[in-house]
Amino acid sequence: MVMIASADDAALCRGATRRNFAQLTAGHLLSLPAAVALLLLFVAPTIAIFGIALTDWQLGADDLSFIGLKNFRALLVDPDFYQSLRNSVVYTLLVLPATVCLGLAVALLIESGRSFRAFYRAAHFLPVMATMAAMAISWEALLHPTIGLLTQALASLGVPTTNWLKNQHTVLPALAAIGIWQNFGYAMVLFLAGLKVIPPDLYEAAAVDGADSAFDRLRTVTLPMLGPTTMFVTIIITLRSLEVFDTVSIITQGGPEKASEVLLYTLYTESFSYLRTGYGAAITVVFLLMVTSLMLLQTRIMDRRVHYA
Amino acid sequence: MANLKLQNISKSFGTVSVLQDVSLDVHDGEFVTLLGPSGCGKSTLLRIVAGLEQPDTGSVVIGDRAVDQWRPRDRDIAMVFQTYALYPHMTVAANLSLPLVMRRLSAWQRLPLVGPLLPGSRSLRAAIAKEIGDVAESLELAHLLDRKPAQLSGGQRQRVALARAMVRRPAVFLMDEPLSNLDTTLRTQMRIEIAALRRKLAAAFVYVTHDQTEAMTMSDRVAVMFEGKVVQVGSPQALYTRPATRQVAEFIGTPRINMLEGTVRNDGCVDVADSHFVIEHDLAPGSRVHLGIRPEHLRITERIGPDTITGRIQRLEYMGNDLLLYFTALGQREQLVMRISPQQGAGLRPDLTVHVTAAREPVLMFDHSGAAVASCVHQVAQLRNQRWS
Repeated sequence: MVMIASADDAALCRGATRRNFAQLTAGHLLSLPAAVALLLLFVAPTIAIFGIALTDWQLGADDLSFIGLKNFRALLVDPDFYQSLRNSVVYTLLVLPATVCLGLAVALLIESGRSFRAFYRAAHFLPVMATMAAMAISWEALLHPTIGLLTQALASLGVPTTNWLKNQHTVLPALAAIGIWQNFGYAMVLFLAGLKVIPPDLYEAAAVDGADSAFDRLRTVTLPMLGPTTMFVTIIITLRSLEVFDTVSIITQGGPEKASEVLLYTLYTESFSYLRTGYGAAITVVFLLMVTSLMLLQTRIMDRRVHYA
Repeated sequence: MANLKLQNISKSFGTVSVLQDVSLDVHDGEFVTLLGPSGCGKSTLLRIVAGLEQPDTGSVVIGDRAVDQWRPRDRDIAMVFQTYALYPHMTVAANLSLPLVMRRLSAWQRLPLVGPLLPGSRSLRAAIAKEIGDVAESLELAHLLDRKPAQLSGGQRQRVALARAMVRRPAVFLMDEPLSNLDTTLRTQMRIEIAALRRKLAAAFVYVTHDQTEAMTMSDRVAVMFEGKVVQVGSPQALYTRPATRQVAEFIGTPRINMLEGTVRNDGCVDVADSHFVIEHDLAPGSRVHLGIRPEHLRITERIGPDTITGRIQRLEYMGNDLLLYFTALGQREQLVMRISPQQGAGLRPDLTVHVTAAREPVLMFDHSGAAVASCVHQVAQLRNQRWS
């Protein structure tokens, strides 16, 4: 009896193992296309970049030689690199808070109103969908020093105007304004989704407890409950600001006097205009490390503060 | 400390009428339960009292004043929500303080960073902290004050929600199915705690539930609601023994009351299937009626007479101190149930035939509209004995 039972068990086990193995193989096979694509398009280029950064390769050249950390040493003393790093940081510091605040404000306004919600949502989300290259050209026209609609409007209001995109002091804020315009719709959509999942009970409890003014509701319920959303929005907008490229490339080409030169644009010109691909790769590595560590730090710090479990 | 009066309250959402001309008085210190199936409007009524919902017509009076135009915070009420609605980002202490902080501190004093520096705010905060401590102590929450709601068990969260309602010493406590998210053991325990709590607090309680056990065990009076109307208000005993309508009779009591459909004969007796009951009433012969008999008011008899029902046992449910016996009367499809002692049930099994009679207990009678027939409450057995002895 015991023998039979154990023989049965063994057969069962073999059956189970066979089934598990088949399932495992099927699983691996199914994930293979995605894995290959990820490897070819993401992992391999990243590794290649790390490799190229250690060489003096020029785009299109037949030969290259290994030069160790020379590119990175050059980077450390390159004032242009620091200039574009500073510009990127300033641009992000201009875009991030304004985008988050504007996105949240618009989301709250849309959510509190009753009519035309879908219209407002779509209207504010349009810039996110638009082709940025085309939009950049439109903005260039709007900001034109003499015939620009925006410049003229400001002038008629008595606001001192300038050649926004050719002035060293205004070019970065002007680009940041375009960045805010482009991104806040994205933040708004995320905040709208976040607002939807706040339990209405909490607002009612707040009303009974006495926190029923707009400001108190915001402080007691809305903002704390939007914590996880705000964290996600902050990370996404930081990333999008750090990788700003199209407006710079189309409108200013980093000028005037490198006043709007940002990291990604420097990287692009070094690699593809000056063909110093090895040096460009070194900038990429620094950029990659910077972004990754920033994200990790943000997630670590904020995660502890926005999830209340 | 005040009475609560609801006067002719009606409410519709769009074309759906949720409450129709509801009036109800709750006295100071009284515990009144709104009992009804889901969708009967009981929660809406509670929210109207709280001021979270505006009635279309009618008025809410707390104390001597109509509070219809008042905001929830000014109504001297506190509410316990079904989901507890604790602020997840605040500690238990902060959750409990909020109602007092919002009332006693000015907007400036509540500001972060600046607020604590303003004159008076520190002493106010200290006073609040002391009151919170006392309430937390009384509900055995003192050791949890630094935790966040997510770190608490369901029962503890429930208690925090109760404490938050208590700290303000409101005139009226409103509770919206506060126990429905707890498991059975905890529910029983919290029922006892809430009952103890209300004896300590001099306030009016309005408690919403669909659970008749909660309603029957905790309330001074129960208002039974169906489809937006209060059908009957009375003590738990009154609802059980003298239900005003067939609906109430069927809603209250587990297992459900037995309803036998019958016809009034020319001699006044009521024919039910192949038996008849002798009941005093003033209905015209030929009227269709329903007789309601509680499961514990049926008993097995050896004697076969015109007032006995012959049935076939469907199944037996052993409940410990009782045995529930489900059977169908011959020629009828509806299943009936009786509650007997396990001793009486010895030897019974499914498919046996039994003879059942209504014991010396009231039989409830309802006319075709479902309203209780006034004269039906009689000692049937006595009448029967007069006739058949």
